Amino acid sequence: MNYIYNKYDVVVIGAGHAGCEAALAAARLGMHTLVFTVSVDSIAMMPCNPNVGGSSKGHLVKEIDALGGEMGKNIDRTFIQSKMLNTSKGPAVHSLRAQADKKEYSNSMRHVLENTENLVIKQGEVAEVLVENDKVTGVRTTSNAVYPCDAVVMATGTYLQARCIYGDVSQYTGPNGLAAANELTGNLMKLGIEMRRFKTGTPARVDKRTVDFSKMAEQTGDENIVPFSFTNTPEDLEREQVSCWLTYTNQETHKIIMDNIDRSPLYSGNIKGTGPRYCPSIEDKVVRFADKERHQVFLEPEGNYTNEMYIGGMSSSLPEDVQIKMYHTVPGLEHAEIVRNAYAIEYDCINPLQLKASLEFKNISGFFSAGQANGSSGYEEAAAQGIIAGINAARKVKGLEPLVLDRSQAYIGVLIDDLITKGTNEPYRMMTSRAEYRLLLRQDNADLRLTEIGHEIGLISEERYQQLLYKKFQIKEEINRLIDTTVGASEKVQTFLKSHKSTPLQSGSTLAELLKRPELSYDLLNEIDDNRPELPRDVAEQVNIELKYDGYINRQMRQVDQFIKLETKKIPDNIDYHDVYSLRKEAEQKLSEIRPASVGQASRISGVSPADISVLLVYLEKGAHR
Amino acid sequence: MQEDTIAGIASGMGGGISIIRVSGENALTAVGDIFRTPKYLSDEKKDSDWKSDYFIKKDTHTVHYGLIVDDEENILDEVIVILMKGPNSYTREDVVEIDTHGGNYVVKKILNQLLHHGVRLAEPGEFTKRAFLNGRIDLSQAEAVMKLISSQNDFSYQSALNQLEGSVSKYIEVIRQDILHNLGYIEAALDDPEHISLEGFGEKLRTIINGHIDQLNKLLLNFEDGRMKSEGINTVIVGRPNAGKSSLMNLMLEQERAIVTNIAGTTRDVLEEKVVLGNIILNLIDTAGIHETKDVVENMGVDKAVDYLSKADFVIYVVDASESLDKSDEQIIHLLQDKKGVVLFNKSDLNIVLKEEQLQQKLNWSVIPFSNETKQGLEQLKEYITNSFLKGNISYNDQIYLTSIRHRNAVEAAVNSLKQVVQTVDDGMPEDFYTIDMMEAYRSLGLINGETASEDLVNKIFSDFCMGK
Repeated sequence: MNYIYNKYDVVVIGAGHAGCEAALAAARLGMHTLVFTVSVDSIAMMPCNPNVGGSSKGHLVKEIDALGGEMGKNIDRTFIQSKMLNTSKGPAVHSLRAQADKKEYSNSMRHVLENTENLVIKQGEVAEVLVENDKVTGVRTTSNAVYPCDAVVMATGTYLQARCIYGDVSQYTGPNGLAAANELTGNLMKLGIEMRRFKTGTPARVDKRTVDFSKMAEQTGDENIVPFSFTNTPEDLEREQVSCWLTYTNQETHKIIMDNIDRSPLYSGNIKGTGPRYCPSIEDKVVRFADKERHQVFLEPEGNYTNEMYIGGMSSSLPEDVQIKMYHTVPGLEHAEIVRNAYAIEYDCINPLQLKASLEFKNISGFFSAGQANGSSGYEEAAAQGIIAGINAARKVKGLEPLVLDRSQAYIGVLIDDLITKGTNEPYRMMTSRAEYRLLLRQDNADLRLTEIGHEIGLISEERYQQLLYKKFQIKEEINRLIDTTVGASEKVQTFLKSHKSTPLQSGSTLAELLKRPELSYDLLNEIDDNRPELPRDVAEQVNIELKYDGYINRQMRQVDQFIKLETKKIPDNIDYHDVYSLRKEAEQKLSEIRPASVGQASRISGVSPADISVLLVYLEKGAHR
Repeated sequence: MQEDTIAGIASGMGGGISIIRVSGENALTAVGDIFRTPKYLSDEKKDSDWKSDYFIKKDTHTVHYGLIVDDEENILDEVIVILMKGPNSYTREDVVEIDTHGGNYVVKKILNQLLHHGVRLAEPGEFTKRAFLNGRIDLSQAEAVMKLISSQNDFSYQSALNQLEGSVSKYIEVIRQDILHNLGYIEAALDDPEHISLEGFGEKLRTIINGHIDQLNKLLLNFEDGRMKSEGINTVIVGRPNAGKSSLMNLMLEQERAIVTNIAGTTRDVLEEKVVLGNIILNLIDTAGIHETKDVVENMGVDKAVDYLSKADFVIYVVDASESLDKSDEQIIHLLQDKKGVVLFNKSDLNIVLKEEQLQQKLNWSVIPFSNETKQGLEQLKEYITNSFLKGNISYNDQIYLTSIRHRNAVEAAVNSLKQVVQTVDDGMPEDFYTIDMMEAYRSLGLINGETASEDLVNKIFSDFCMGK
């Protein structure tokens, strides 16, 4: 029999990376918040890779932090190696990645949750989301407790009807043998929610005492650490770092895989779920890049207090005996003792086209969804959706307009817009190529882009906001100073230029102009800049980027202006696309299903052609004149 | 919103037959309403009323002979009806064309009858607009239809026809797709550096992009050529008062078919006329219209002449050869230095005072002895102009011309963006910078065939339609 438990403002289902951010955001915005987890010991667990960030994912973490989220702070507390990737490329694709001590990461996040006001943690499994008149009224657990609430955030990750598979072995559990959630899917479908089945996987972990590191290349962390959180300075984060190790697969590895490919559940048909193309298993890579002689393999420590090493790049669902043989072909792993097998995991998720940009279901008021449950992949993608869902759940309860970031504001905006507009047929992974305006959406300026918004919403303290304003002021002042400072063709300047293979000056030049030269930088110009003020690292970095790439940045901003034009062309909620004569059938169906909020969003729906957009524009124009 | 059914006269002026085109959801029944078979009409004892679904039951792309009747079953005309059911029609809607006997009266009667049956008159350009909106033709093709209708000579006809076939679109699309392909490669490499390498890609890209720039520049170069050929060569007649400018103008107009008279508002003080010269059109501009008073030097209207001369593709400088050059001539010659044109030695039938060499020292143009009275030199002048612009190297079929300013601007923007890409490579910038301007070039080129959705594009283009197509 059901019994009524306490009422909450917001209930969050799941305490993974999405659930933690959602619960924290809601609670910090004053919502009486309850978060369910199948196991309190698995809060913010990292069941796959032992790192946070990486290409474009690092951007997401910094954006979460700029909005007032926890992920950046948590990884800053618990990383054991930090590295800025892609530094040979432009600043748009520089990406921060940190190796985490997994256990510490989880403990530290748990500690934050446990000590956040308004936030209650409960171990239990939600069986049903209760809905009346298309509006959320509460949740029911498998223990038949009913928790009335005004908003629900679903962040079930990979737990819905989860199944772990390798070879012909199937275990009906979530990751790491944790209990799966088997009741919720059916009840969601009763609410009319369309479900999908996706698949992802993880490689084996080996005992580091059995690895021969002499056959691998050491990958050390950066000397100058860049924090994930804008609240930390590099000095705050100084610590001993551990190394990762690089090795490669070889022809023998590939032969073992190909000889046994028929025993892979992916190829035998045992796995029906769709896997991520951009995070492929080793058997996928060997099949897809048949002409590649080798693939990179990274050995990454799982923490300071464990001997387990993660074999990055070699996730697999091959049978146990094949896995052992396969891993043993890799230089350095010949005698490696496997602690945990690689496996694939299949799970239920929703079709994200059913969501609004606020991450609320279009048809169920107060019901939000975030993370892998929406068909994304990765901790960072999950957390990014989590904070938005948590913010918007709180704003819903308060009767406020939702927070929606657009594609020109944040990777978070790109991520959510892609999910809800284009949908996804495989676990969606963030990539820099998905962001059209990436020179503006750099990891280094996430605070300049978003912290003001975070402050407006109420997740950023007044103190932090004032610091941001001061930083902006410093950047502007210094840029103006460089624009106004002229250096003559003095001997000192010419010698300086020559020493950097830069053309000598004919006449005077401003420092700002010199800074634009590819071979020079703000740091280098220090030599001929007599009145340079003492500035923090991050301010100097902004000055350098903004002046150096000023032409590109301006052109990209003009592109954004074009984008905004169609984005601000709103489509009325009550539009009946059947009335928009001349729309092609496919476009009419897609538009009716997705119900885009703006012409801009409509133009990104696959199956809607530019001609359809013209038709829509003409229709809206006519409507405006009527 | 139910899109209504429209009707309009699809054929041009004159001719033995007129074609009424009806398009829209009710096209078949509306025409069915007013159509009768001879058999039905000859049947004295009709068993049943006429069924307006007559054409609905017929196959598409069939021809039907019959009669059009009014509400009292009076016969209006004997017609041929052609059925083209959507989507295999000009507009992709159901289209019915009625071939009637020519003559305004009959056509108007039939149109009127259609209007009584739930059809409205098509707005200018509306059939083409629907064809575009229904995805039958792309933007550049829609513009071509407009040009085709208004084309006044062989050249604009041919280039419009080419554009309609999509040759501009195709030419642009090939470049656009290649840019996209390379964009995709860069993005893929940025996302998956382990498997896709960008080493040496900058050099490769520079060559590719320079190729695109060359191709697009070709279009830009012959844009002016294309514009002159399709819209006419701005030919400005200058000369001091009474040198014989107006007489020359009149002579040209008498001899050739004048198309437009006095374009109001655009040329306040100037007489402008279009003249067809073989395969080219001349927009003759007679600066005689510029106020001339006794104080010649002051009021010759130098300012205005400068203005017209700046837009001139060709200048005819009329000199009174029976008098020596005066101050205004000096002034005019000064203005003509960088121009292309010819000198007419007018009044050559009179006593010639002026020597060719005298003038050619000051202005290095060909001189043609001319007389308004005897028409001496007129043929030579026409030949000279024609040769200056045709030079026998015109090839209508394989050459693609940009003929619209909108296209020109888009191509120009794309070229600028692509040059920026080359600059980026030259500057040794990281590869992720290449994509910013490549994307912009891709977008600009997409504006030409409507592949880039843009807010006011559609309305702007269709507001240009002024013909009843």
